[in-house]
Amino acid sequence: MKYTDEYRDPAAVAALAAGLHFDRHVKLMEVCGGHTHAIYRHGLDALLPDEIELVHGPGCPVCVIPMGRVDDAISIAERPEVIFTSFGDMLRVPGGRRRSLLEAKARGADVRIVYSPLDALDVARAHPGREVVFFGVGFETTAPATAVTLLRARTLGVRNFSVFCNHVLIAPALRAILDTPDTEIDGFVGPGHVSTVIGTSPYEFVAREYGRPVVVAGFEPTDILQAVALLVRQLREGRAEVENQYGRVVRDEGNPAALAALEYVFQVRDDFEWRGLGAIPHSGYRIADELGDWDAERRFEVPGARIEDPKACRCGDVLRGMAKPYECGVFGTACTPEKPLGTCMVSSEGACAAYYAYGRHRVAV
Amino acid sequence: MSDVVTLAHGAGGKASRRLVEDLFLDELRNPLLEPLSDAALVSANGTRLAFTTDAYVVRPLVFPGGDIGELAVNGTVNDLAVSGAQPLALTAGFVIEEGFPLDELRALTHSAAAAAKAAGVSVAAGDTKVVERGAADGLYVTTAGIGLLDPRVDLSPARVRPGDVVIVSGAIAEHGIAVMLARGDLRLELDVVSDTAPLHREAGALCALGPQLRWMRDPTRGGLATTLNELVSGCGASVALQETAIPVREDVRAACELLGIDPLYVANEGKLVAVVAPGSAGIALEALGPEAAVIGEVRADDVPMVLCETPFGGSRIVDMLVGDPLPRIC
Repeated sequence: MKYTDEYRDPAAVAALAAGLHFDRHVKLMEVCGGHTHAIYRHGLDALLPDEIELVHGPGCPVCVIPMGRVDDAISIAERPEVIFTSFGDMLRVPGGRRRSLLEAKARGADVRIVYSPLDALDVARAHPGREVVFFGVGFETTAPATAVTLLRARTLGVRNFSVFCNHVLIAPALRAILDTPDTEIDGFVGPGHVSTVIGTSPYEFVAREYGRPVVVAGFEPTDILQAVALLVRQLREGRAEVENQYGRVVRDEGNPAALAALEYVFQVRDDFEWRGLGAIPHSGYRIADELGDWDAERRFEVPGARIEDPKACRCGDVLRGMAKPYECGVFGTACTPEKPLGTCMVSSEGACAAYYAYGRHRVAV
Repeated sequence: MSDVVTLAHGAGGKASRRLVEDLFLDELRNPLLEPLSDAALVSANGTRLAFTTDAYVVRPLVFPGGDIGELAVNGTVNDLAVSGAQPLALTAGFVIEEGFPLDELRALTHSAAAAAKAAGVSVAAGDTKVVERGAADGLYVTTAGIGLLDPRVDLSPARVRPGDVVIVSGAIAEHGIAVMLARGDLRLELDVVSDTAPLHREAGALCALGPQLRWMRDPTRGGLATTLNELVSGCGASVALQETAIPVREDVRAACELLGIDPLYVANEGKLVAVVAPGSAGIALEALGPEAAVIGEVRADDVPMVLCETPFGGSRIVDMLVGDPLPRIC
């Protein structure tokens, strides 16, 4: 396939892998769930030497939504006047009583999968007598599409449309991980897609304040291995800088039009609760007052309950890179992709689901 | 299991398997049903027959490369064919929603008739039910079929041995992608057509291998990954696939890449996967035609699993599908 095959050339991958080594054990976190998925899909972990360990970060947007927010979504979806629209991944995420949107749908709620928030807006225009709600989830990658959709709803005067906003920001999450006592992460493979929007400057604090290198990377095998090589080189040379491996897509300044839309449409919340990580200051978006009429949280009463993560589940440690999925007591037993306990098991980008799907539970335990 | 049926129970993966084993098999248990293969093997007066049924609820009813009429005939023909049987006769049941246009019904039935003719089988009995508007999404079709088992073969996962070779008859994942694109939700413009086709000729040609042919299936819902996982759980050995050897059309591969779906999990409606003795791979490939390929081998293993070896020297385990292959969001 053109534009991907050149990044999947086995000889190039082998050459990159052969050059990877270090004189001590290093732990590198791939922040983005897309990287986790690609690493397992291509079996890249097997190509790394023992001393270079990849751990999985908080960059799976589905995994970080707390159960209370899922219950809120279900309570909106169960209103008879509502058509609740969502990306497919969110449908299986369990809420407080282990009930998901998929089960709410089976019990009669009108829940529909869409592939873009603009599709949800089309649903609203096609059903003027119903309230259409879009479940906004994701990092700065998907937030601009939600922003543009909200602006379009206002321009078109679509009054029966609203967004249940759960968009989150990546940089505050990285800071929360770095502030965790005993963090052992030596460097970060920075998220490629998020960075197309926000650019590379939001990661500068990681290098400056915490002395850890960041390399923003693409998602193909050569991208990921090259990013690992660049991180290892920085560590070897005692540098901590932000580098951009994904220059073919990511510009250092990001995407100014998308950033302007985010700035206009959203306000940063004082804090937002992350599954497994707890409340992180300034880490989530809410819909700005300007567009408050299209905010589902203002339009509908939601329970808004805060639900503790299940005690047995170590999602938080997994998301901070402090535990491998198989080190969690319920991994593969009480918690499987069919019946996930923790959200890391739900999305194919979740660290636990990737481990489980690609069989690391059998190899590692 | 959740206490209501969800769409995941219908996707052909783990949840479907659970529903079938924990509920249907539990209640209906008998030796004919127990193997849970594509068709039951029935003996009557010394004649060995294959007997099967399937229901078709595809949306849209007409999609690039086929329609529900053709699909309903080919699907049942194929379940018989990969069981090692020559299809003899089918039945068809039509559940029609009130208001359904008669000319569309005729066109779909015409297409079923053409498919039956192409497969050399007759639709020998049928049934019609009409339900209220909104109760059947237009039209549902069920078909059942019987076939005469080829005496030269005895197909079963239990006959699969380490060293045997896994062959697929052509490029995978076309039906699932064609239907997904035809729904129009994705707004991708790609020229992917369903591979719906009868497999009785290919299957019949492989039966000439006799005992060298161990096992055959048509990897429909849940794709090649699910079918091979079912094989592995039945044969007690592992299947090691070579990722680069699995034929996937370029545009199908692109669509899968865009949607974040692994083509191994996408439905086929005109491909078969077979396990043959190592010395018979060449003859099998010749019988199946130029699109067929050896995609892997059976290996002895303490923990049987389906493995996929990547071109980079790594490997991943190909597990059964969980729920629908929903596109990832970023």
